[in-house]
Amino acid sequence: MRTARAWLIRLSGLFRKQTLERELAREMESHLAMHIEDNLRAGMTQEQARREALLKLGGVVAGKEAWRDRSTIPLVEHLFQDTRFSLRQLRRNPGFTVTAVLMLALGMCASVAIFAFVDAAVFKPLPYANPQQLLGVYEKVAVCPLCNLSYPDYLDWKKLNKTLSSLDVYQRNSFLLSTASGTEPARGARVSDGFFRTLGVRPVLGRDFQSGEDLPGAPRTVLLSNAAWRNRYGANPDVLGKTVTLDGEPNVIIGVLPPDFNFAPTEPAEFWTTLHASGGCDLRRSCHSLFGVARLKDGVSLSAALSDLTQIARQLETQYPDSNRGQSAAVLPLSEVIVGNVRPLLMVLLGGAVLLLLIACVNITSLVLVRAESRRREIAVRNALGASSARLAGQFITEGLLLTAAGTALGLASAWWAMRLLTKLIPEMMFARMPYLHGLGLNGRVQLFAAAIALIAALLFAFTPALHLSFSKMRVGLSEGARGSAGNTWRRLGSKLVVLELAIAVVLLVGAGLLGKSLYRLLQVDLGFEPDRLTTLQVASPKAVYTNEKQKIALGRQIVASLSSLPGVKSAAIASLTPVSGNGNTDWIRFVGRPYNGEHNEVNERDVSAGYFTTIGTKLLRGRYFRDDEDISKQRVVVINRALAKQYFPNEDPIGKRIGDTQLTPQSLKEIIGVVDDIREGQLDAPVWPAVYYPFNQSPDNFFAVLICSSQSGAPLITTIEGALRNLNAGLVMRDGMTMTKLIRDSPAAYARRSSAWLVGAFAIAAFLLSVAGLYGVIAYSVSQRTREIGVRMALGAQRSTVYRLILKDAGRLAVLGIVCGFACSIAASRAIRGLLFGTAVWDASTLAAVALVLGAAALAASFIPARRAASVNPVEALRAE
Amino acid sequence: MNEKPDVWQGTLALMVLKTLETLGPLHGYGIARRIEQTSGNLLSLNYGTLYPALLKLEQEGAIASEWGVSENNRKAKFYSLTRAGKKQLAKETQNWEQTTAILARFLSPKGDLA
Repeated sequence: MRTARAWLIRLSGLFRKQTLERELAREMESHLAMHIEDNLRAGMTQEQARREALLKLGGVVAGKEAWRDRSTIPLVEHLFQDTRFSLRQLRRNPGFTVTAVLMLALGMCASVAIFAFVDAAVFKPLPYANPQQLLGVYEKVAVCPLCNLSYPDYLDWKKLNKTLSSLDVYQRNSFLLSTASGTEPARGARVSDGFFRTLGVRPVLGRDFQSGEDLPGAPRTVLLSNAAWRNRYGANPDVLGKTVTLDGEPNVIIGVLPPDFNFAPTEPAEFWTTLHASGGCDLRRSCHSLFGVARLKDGVSLSAALSDLTQIARQLETQYPDSNRGQSAAVLPLSEVIVGNVRPLLMVLLGGAVLLLLIACVNITSLVLVRAESRRREIAVRNALGASSARLAGQFITEGLLLTAAGTALGLASAWWAMRLLTKLIPEMMFARMPYLHGLGLNGRVQLFAAAIALIAALLFAFTPALHLSFSKMRVGLSEGARGSAGNTWRRLGSKLVVLELAIAVVLLVGAGLLGKSLYRLLQVDLGFEPDRLTTLQVASPKAVYTNEKQKIALGRQIVASLSSLPGVKSAAIASLTPVSGNGNTDWIRFVGRPYNGEHNEVNERDVSAGYFTTIGTKLLRGRYFRDDEDISKQRVVVINRALAKQYFPNEDPIGKRIGDTQLTPQSLKEIIGVVDDIREGQLDAPVWPAVYYPFNQSPDNFFAVLICSSQSGAPLITTIEGALRNLNAGLVMRDGMTMTKLIRDSPAAYARRSSAWLVGAFAIAAFLLSVAGLYGVIAYSVSQRTREIGVRMALGAQRSTVYRLILKDAGRLAVLGIVCGFACSIAASRAIRGLLFGTAVWDASTLAAVALVLGAAALAASFIPARRAASVNPVEALRAE
Repeated sequence: MNEKPDVWQGTLALMVLKTLETLGPLHGYGIARRIEQTSGNLLSLNYGTLYPALLKLEQEGAIASEWGVSENNRKAKFYSLTRAGKKQLAKETQNWEQTTAILARFLSPKGDLA
């Protein structure tokens, strides 16, 4: 209690030091005065009295010192002093301070921001119960290693497996939602009844689907996502029991999902309905539309589940050879399903950011060392005047901690900002499908990561100079400063650091170069059509209004006619899917007049209107395009792509040949009337599959894409198109209007390359500048230390060109060494980004050459400035200096 | 930083407290003189060492200080015993007496230690 009180008072003493000092001085003064008076009274002379009093008081300074130690807390006071002194030192040298703080902030910003993404996608557990037990379940066929399940297969797998505690399915779905003001598109999913139980998620309001609620006969029910509940129903708890009309069917709302629930494969889903298997696709064993999610039984491994399901698939193959031939099973951990596609990209970016951080740290180290070198003399003087080594080290440590604190604060603030910026740069739709990135922030793990970096930085800032100086004797410091022999230790260590920096810069530059070249190659890929003047739009027509084929065909014709007549529009067309949307939506074909042993000839199937190929600018290689009057009343026809012709008609003319379904049922038979160039239906980096194009008028649908070729494009055109369509029928629902160029640019394959190329490119440029600055620093420092030596050389007759050569040779050696080391490292590092490369080899010679050239030239330029300074040294002045 | 109360510091504090109890409020110089006189000049006190001790006692709340005027009309800082100080004095006096009594029994030639 008493000691606590004393400590508090001493602590407060820190802040009123001057008052206390003055008080003590006054007290001493009065003490002395009283003592002298007494002494005088005792008969001493004035001088004697004073002398005696002072003696008796003892060493005034020592007494005051003891009193001071007692009046405050010395350790804290030293800290205050050091801090004040450090701040003064840092202010006096703003170049050093600003550079060091910015460098740390830059490294911190890049690595922390990227780490936050990695954390969200890789380290943060999925928001489900025991997520490590969850699996994605797929059927596997030759062309499609992770393919959807068909409903009958799902039921068999669910019934026959022995390794899964539950197996459920989901399908991303787009509903037509009836609202008071009309119809609008709403995203959602169809799931089997146990889907949420498998994930271990419970509604926060209402109830989950009950067992059997997904059967065709069950009443239709729907669960709302928390966002839909808040946005559409004002978070009103009375929604339970209300009806919502989806695709013309009334559904009863039975519950609301938790706010933190998300399921990336179906996001952004608002409405969750049950399967209610019905209609053509669901009941056909050959129609694959569902994805499986399963929970392993306790203690069962992934491979055990895989062999179990493979076994079942084999059994189904023999049981239903017509539909299931060649179909096996595949499983993946659910985390892989959800973040598997972004993980490699993020790891590459994290690698780049860490390299940048490393280079920043190296630069900081060399800065701090140079500064310590230049302060060697000051330190020696202070040491000679009695400052203890601990006190001197404390000085450096305080300074280091101050710099680290400033750099960290700035770095974290800019990392937070960079995270915002980066998430904004992700295309909106892609971001919606990455729900795990939504709560991105400086959470505990990210803070820990930042703290680790700050710790390393603090060690570098604080202990490098302290250690460095303690190694060299103080006395040497005093004399060296005086005579100006070059700081040899620094020159040796600094050169090593610069080689390291240059090597890292090479790695990043090569990485950025390879990614940039891949992006270029990817965007140069032959699309098989002209995207430049195309605009696309997804359209859904209400099933209740457009029920039969005739009505759907009529709507298609109306749309094409009305859009074609818009001003500036050259032509318009309809397709079941736009190009570059992904391989899939396939058909199995069989050739009339050829032996058939049940193999599945799986090809992309697209249903397009007559003007499609001319609208998108695809070349006709043989035969003819469709005619608009080729509808269900006419002979069925098909146009094939070059890949199909090459694979199945290698040495014959496909025109006039006929194809059909696996049974060759009479109504499925179609005559090949044309061959078109390969349109890239899949991702830019995916191979072109064989494809069949059927006339939309012979297989119409309620969902399709509209493509318009026009002289101008952009937002106004999309509004015009939407208006024109709404004029045709107010019930039409439109979505995702965008130019084809944007669609291609935002497609996953292009986005992954673009984002990685830009970010790694930015890191590389920063690393490039830092390393060149580092090289400049080392050479400039060495020149400044060797001024005298150069003066002597010149006095003895060295030519200016010799001096140039002397300095440039030094720099050149470092640059060459750095570049060579960098090449060795980058060949190894490029293997890590191989997955992101496209049409570019890991050891792409032109990239390597360009990097060497750019870095070499920059290194030359950076060392030319100090070399010039060296060569312009006036020998007389140099010798007289210092 | 926790300093051990060494004997000299401890006894000096006790002497200060006792002096203040006997004489009432007094300035540093007066306390120093009084301690020296009481000890029969056996104790040579370096007056400078008194002030850190006074500061410590004040920080601990045993004494309070106030600027006042001395008998010779001189401004001086006067120290006085607080209530906590009185308690501390009583307790430490008792402790000290006990300690000296025990030591005396140890040191007496006819120590009756069984």
